[in-house]
Amino acid sequence: MDIHEYQAKELLAKFGVPIPRGGLAYSPEQATYRANEIGGSKWVVKAQIHSGARGKAGGIKLCRNDHDLWSAADELLGKRLATIQTGPQGKLVSRLYIEEATDIDREFYLSYVMDRAAERIVVVASAAGGMEIEEISKKEPDSILRVAVDPAVGMQAFQAREIVFGLGIEPDLVQRVERLILGAYRAFRDLDATMVEINPLVITKDRNVLALDAKMSFDENALFRRPQISELRDKSQEDPRETYASDRGLSYVGLDGDIGCVVNGAGLAMATLDMIKLAGGEPANFLDIGGGASPERVQKSFRAVLKDKNVKALLVNVFAGINRCDWVAKGVVEAIREIDIKMPVVVRLAGTNHEEGRKILEQSNLPIITAENLREAAEKAVAAAKSAKAAA
Amino acid sequence: MAIFINENTPILIQGFTGRIGTFHSQEMIDYGSNVVGGVTPGKGGTTHLGRPVFNTVKGAVVETGAEASIVFVPPPFAADAIMEAADAGIKYCVCITDGIPAQDMIRVKRYMRRYKKEARMKLTGPNCAGTISPGRAMLGIMPGHIYKAGRVGIIGRSGTLGYEAASQMKALGIGVSTSVGIGGDPINGSSFRDILEEFEKDPETDMVLMIGEIGGPQEAEAGQYAAQHMKKPVAAYIAGLSAPKGRRMGHAGAIVSSFGESAAEKVEILKAAGVTICPTPADMGNTVAQVLATLKKVA
Repeated sequence: MDIHEYQAKELLAKFGVPIPRGGLAYSPEQATYRANEIGGSKWVVKAQIHSGARGKAGGIKLCRNDHDLWSAADELLGKRLATIQTGPQGKLVSRLYIEEATDIDREFYLSYVMDRAAERIVVVASAAGGMEIEEISKKEPDSILRVAVDPAVGMQAFQAREIVFGLGIEPDLVQRVERLILGAYRAFRDLDATMVEINPLVITKDRNVLALDAKMSFDENALFRRPQISELRDKSQEDPRETYASDRGLSYVGLDGDIGCVVNGAGLAMATLDMIKLAGGEPANFLDIGGGASPERVQKSFRAVLKDKNVKALLVNVFAGINRCDWVAKGVVEAIREIDIKMPVVVRLAGTNHEEGRKILEQSNLPIITAENLREAAEKAVAAAKSAKAAA
Repeated sequence: MAIFINENTPILIQGFTGRIGTFHSQEMIDYGSNVVGGVTPGKGGTTHLGRPVFNTVKGAVVETGAEASIVFVPPPFAADAIMEAADAGIKYCVCITDGIPAQDMIRVKRYMRRYKKEARMKLTGPNCAGTISPGRAMLGIMPGHIYKAGRVGIIGRSGTLGYEAASQMKALGIGVSTSVGIGGDPINGSSFRDILEEFEKDPETDMVLMIGEIGGPQEAEAGQYAAQHMKKPVAAYIAGLSAPKGRRMGHAGAIVSSFGESAAEKVEILKAAGVTICPTPADMGNTVAQVLATLKKVA
């Protein structure tokens, strides 16, 4: 789960990470008010969306007076800001963060990730700050420092010092940067984050150390014990199709094609999408019904998939283990009747009780297209979507 | 003896008396697995499904001689259950639970390192369908009837995609020595490489089918291992060719976050390592059949 920059900064500040003075604004009027509250003579207005690379997309504006602040806020609020990370549809800006502008002397990169090979939290740092890490690893790979933390004892001060000296921090600031590095580590560990990125970490001309930008992501499996993090979810930043599905306990990812997919199991769902592509079609979504494909869950899944208006045909692919095919077939028949689905529906059932399942589909007198195996299912769905498109 | 489990392996169920634990314990017993008892803290001394219930894994091991266990404990308590099994001297543990926090799994892996490698419990999962040695024993939640007994090892992250592979193979008359689910989580008990090592040593396995997916370094690492240390051939399918970068595809671990983690990149790495790639998920059975045919020719 992702959160906004201002939320990440507030969390990090509680763990002793110094951040610039700033405040949240929902209107141009508030933006100017916040700036006056903060004081000084220069401010930045930062669009709060779940994406990096906001600066290049025009989402961060330097302002020197009330007029600047007002017009920056007026321009950004309500706009869909498209960055290289959001794709062309962009993300809605409904909150602005107003911050005092800083005179930067040096910029650094600092992040914390869950390293899957090391099976540890790894701290990554570089003196080449301000760039994305992908760019740093291309342009200045030797500048990258990595420190793995032993989960039995947590990050040690000497490990933070290794980074501090590796970055070439001047002696007067060594302790402050060391505290920042340890603080952000504790935030990662104690809040069940999966990623913390401070980029850039800056040293200002007046010898201050600050986290100028911050990003955090969290482990969704740990939200049950982090209610304060769950509350930070901003649904306006999500694909509405995905919000609808996730609110109903379904695992769904929206894609660009026209074949709606209802599958049990994440691996089989991915393989079904692959098979559709290989058969010359385009899937509209990834969807895992999850355990126990009860008629009720099948119907929920159909409704979620049909939220996408591009869908021209449906493909149901269920390999029943714990759940039984007759049970799934009943769900499919009920869903088609209740939702009154007019588009072609291709169903492939395998595993426990698949014969009974097929009988139920046949006896329903609904125009369900059945398939024997994965390949046939994908090919029939692709053909159905193509003829539905041609008919439209 | 296939790998990890056979008809004699004494099995303990952790989370025995809950709804899910009860259902799958009965399925395992019906399949012929040697279930010797279960653990539910607070219900020690009672009997469930005709087997004794214990308060602690240690107590259960002393009384029953259990060597393997399967964990059905809910996510907040699952890491604790795995560590309890490791501490009690269980040799092989399968964790079915989906939804364990990644940092809990990091702690579990670190904790297990307190035992010498020879004495260390082997763990597969979490978030997997379990392990089955067809016709002998089932330590999982899969439909046992779709597996034919035979000489091909299967390793997979996904449950249902593993069923798909097993049934494609069965339709062609090809059987399985053991099928091991390593689970869809980013931090898991055993990697593809760990299980390849087991299959390479197993005299009852002739080749291995690996079913991987996007995300993480494990498929590539397994390819290297196969190239350098294995005599037995390996075939592989990698799911998620159409997965967009940075999106989580159902499994907590199925996300392309850095170089080499996409399906296309993994396929290239595995090809270079001499692994036979299944061109589509509908060809897993065919591909295994082809590899087996070349084995016969050589022999």
